[in-house]
Amino acid sequence: MSAHNNGIWSWITTVDHKRIGVMYFVTALVFFVIAGVEALVIRIQLWRPENDFISAETYSQMFTMHGTTMIFLVAMPMAVAFFNFIVPLQIGARDVAFPRLNALSYWTFLFGGIFLNSSFLFGAAPNTSWVAYANLTSSQFSPGHNVDFWLLGLSILGISSIMGGVNFITTIINLRAPGMKLMRMPLFTWMTLVTSFILVTALPVLAVALILLAFDRFFGANFYQPMAGGDPILWQHLFWIFGHPEVYILILPSFGVISDVIPTFSRKPLFGYPIVVYAGIMIGFLGWGVWSHHMFTTGLGPIADAFFVASTMIIAIPTGVKICNWIATMWGGQIRFTTAMLYCIGLLAIFTLGGLSGIMHASAPIDLQQHDTHFVVAHFHYVVAGGVMMGLFAGLYYWFPKVTGRFMDERLGKINFWTYFVGFNLTFFPMHISGIYGMPRRTWTYAAELNIALPNMLSTIGAFIFALSALILVYTIIKSAISGEPAGPNPWNAATLEWSIPSPPPHYNFAEIPTVRSREPLWREEERREIEAVTLKVPDVEPVMPNSSYMPILLAFGVALTWGLVMTGKWWAPVIGLSYVGVCILMWAFEDPFARKGA
Amino acid sequence: MNQSATAVMDHRHPMPGMQVYNLKLGMWIFLLSEVMFFTSLIGSYIILRFAHPDHWTQPGVVLNVPLTAVNTFLLICSSVTMVKAFACIEQGDQKGLKLWLLGTIMIGATFVGIQAYEYVHLIHEGFVPNFAAYTAEGGNLYGATFYLMTGFHGAHVTIGVLCLIFVLFRAMKGAYTSESYGGVEIIGLYWHFVDLVWIILFTIVYLL
Ligand code: HEM
Ligand SMILES: [Cu+2]
Repeated sequence: MSAHNNGIWSWITTVDHKRIGVMYFVTALVFFVIAGVEALVIRIQLWRPENDFISAETYSQMFTMHGTTMIFLVAMPMAVAFFNFIVPLQIGARDVAFPRLNALSYWTFLFGGIFLNSSFLFGAAPNTSWVAYANLTSSQFSPGHNVDFWLLGLSILGISSIMGGVNFITTIINLRAPGMKLMRMPLFTWMTLVTSFILVTALPVLAVALILLAFDRFFGANFYQPMAGGDPILWQHLFWIFGHPEVYILILPSFGVISDVIPTFSRKPLFGYPIVVYAGIMIGFLGWGVWSHHMFTTGLGPIADAFFVASTMIIAIPTGVKICNWIATMWGGQIRFTTAMLYCIGLLAIFTLGGLSGIMHASAPIDLQQHDTHFVVAHFHYVVAGGVMMGLFAGLYYWFPKVTGRFMDERLGKINFWTYFVGFNLTFFPMHISGIYGMPRRTWTYAAELNIALPNMLSTIGAFIFALSALILVYTIIKSAISGEPAGPNPWNAATLEWSIPSPPPHYNFAEIPTVRSREPLWREEERREIEAVTLKVPDVEPVMPNSSYMPILLAFGVALTWGLVMTGKWWAPVIGLSYVGVCILMWAFEDPFARKGA
Repeated sequence: MNQSATAVMDHRHPMPGMQVYNLKLGMWIFLLSEVMFFTSLIGSYIILRFAHPDHWTQPGVVLNVPLTAVNTFLLICSSVTMVKAFACIEQGDQKGLKLWLLGTIMIGATFVGIQAYEYVHLIHEGFVPNFAAYTAEGGNLYGATFYLMTGFHGAHVTIGVLCLIFVLFRAMKGAYTSESYGGVEIIGLYWHFVDLVWIILFTIVYLL
């Protein structure tokens, strides 16, 4: 990190990808705790049949905010935290292609998240679930501001994601070090590239879905209103054309993480590298052709149903292939069971189970039974809370020494992992059972006659163990950041470029850009010495880095402000916000990132 | 190829062998995202219209096709002037660059002006997006989709004009040379894209 400046102002104005990465992570962690509390409230309410801990309305707000927060404010930005910190280091770059835009992405995300959560202050938290089906969201059926907060908040977050995607694609394609051919890139960088392509293509579809909704709510249009000729199913199509690729936005970064971690701790190169890459790309493509498996119960007709059943089953193939590759990588390796590795193995086990329940309701007739029950809740928590989050935490334990120069505490780490593993399974496995018994999702309570009190109690107990694990994690992070054991440049003896520079890295990353000649440069003695000769030295003249800037935070604030003013319902209010945004953009355009201060 | 990116970002050259500088690659990716945006709009339009053809009238009954045809022609001309501006700066012709940029801006602004006139006129006749207030011929989906699609396109043209003004301003200060013309090139890409989208929108919204 920069030795020059460490005050709070230097963080607010930073354009350094490493600091932005850290800010993304910390922010996502805070939202993780918030959404976790919401989950506990839900679980307390479901502790026993016909409980009255909270009202039906509060329950709706809780699961809506829990889901929306976990997906858009936790899983996505935590992955982006790693994109930021790790990708430029893995490809041998000094920063991303557009550093100021990168800062803008972060601040836009932060204000979007605050915007969404500020709805609680107005007692109008979104309450129509994270999929917000039309026409429940119409002004007629949702007259309050709840849905407005949701749709405006999400559109702010979408802007942030698209900017991030543009930035990372450009960075990865253009800023690789000499010799870093595409097929030499570490898997995490590869999956970042694929994810970024999905981000820039899927988010615009969500944007259109939200815009139609905004027209309905603000301008009295009727795109989703059947009584006026509109079509509520159109919302479902748009939402899921975005939504299914979105689940790959969530999982692919984690696949990337474990594809880097497993080889390191098995002391073997990734088994079948090209296959893992191609399978990732294939998932990215096929992910576009399966969306209607979320809509079997809308009555699409047998032909469409058959198509989406088949395509959904096909997409499980590349995923299965990857799982075999990871297992084959471990096979015969000298495995070190660090916490990071445990999380990888945990992911393999849990994600596979989630994939299997996915295949079950990929079959339309079975889905007619399982849809909108807790069985589906079990499925997607196995893939998201089990798969995605475990992968990200593997990344946390793995890269923490690079970020801070200190190890995460391994003893606490093991406790963290095992409480996570036990808590997770105890929470979500019983939901398969309660779901099959017919327990509906998004419903604040259930009847005693359903005979599902036991699985629900187990789930609630599990949730508290899970929450304990999260607390241990937060404590471990803080403790290790302050007093963890110091780590050298390459504490795990890993193979990729980010481990060739000091930990924590200097603000310019690479004193001199190294030349890469293989896929595992640091595992080949000669190449390693060549690279470290340039990456570990202290340069005589520090490389020129772009200046920090306060424009990103000002501009991002303007975006959130404008969106907020839309809710006043006065046509001139957002115009004020827009003028402010315009001024910011102008100042941004005239700012020279390389102007020498005082010269 | 063009080297403007290296001038601006001296420490961040594209890797050897990469032909496309950062800003241009970024613009391409952004346009990819725009393609998805307009595709989704058009897709929604098709779904709504197929489900309720009775909401639409014969072409030309409500919308003024000749006027918009002229407008379309203007926008296509502005793509030509944009190409001219780019060709000039490739040759290092500063004066030509400024003139053609100015021409593009004027035509773009005229396009937006005519669209605004059209809106005022239509709203006056009761052709509004609002379901409850709709009184013109056809059904209210006709009005709502019309404003949705032409409105978002119009916003794109407006933003394009503003960016062009910025580029012209920089051109007046001599910021572009035959070696370094990234700004002109990427606004050109955007402009041609917006033009292309309009040709599609004009066809499906006005002519079909
Ligand atoms: C083997 C691969 C997978 C298959 C076959 C599959 C299949 C399905 C199906 C058919 C549904 C709809 C169930 C219903 O609502 O009735 C569903 C829901 C869901 N899946 Fe998957 N899935 C797979 C992997 C994933 C992955 C990797 C993720 C995320 C990382 C994911 C996240 C979700 C989510 C969030 C939902 C619930 C959406 C909602 O709120 O309604 N799935 N899955
Ligand atoms: Cu899906």
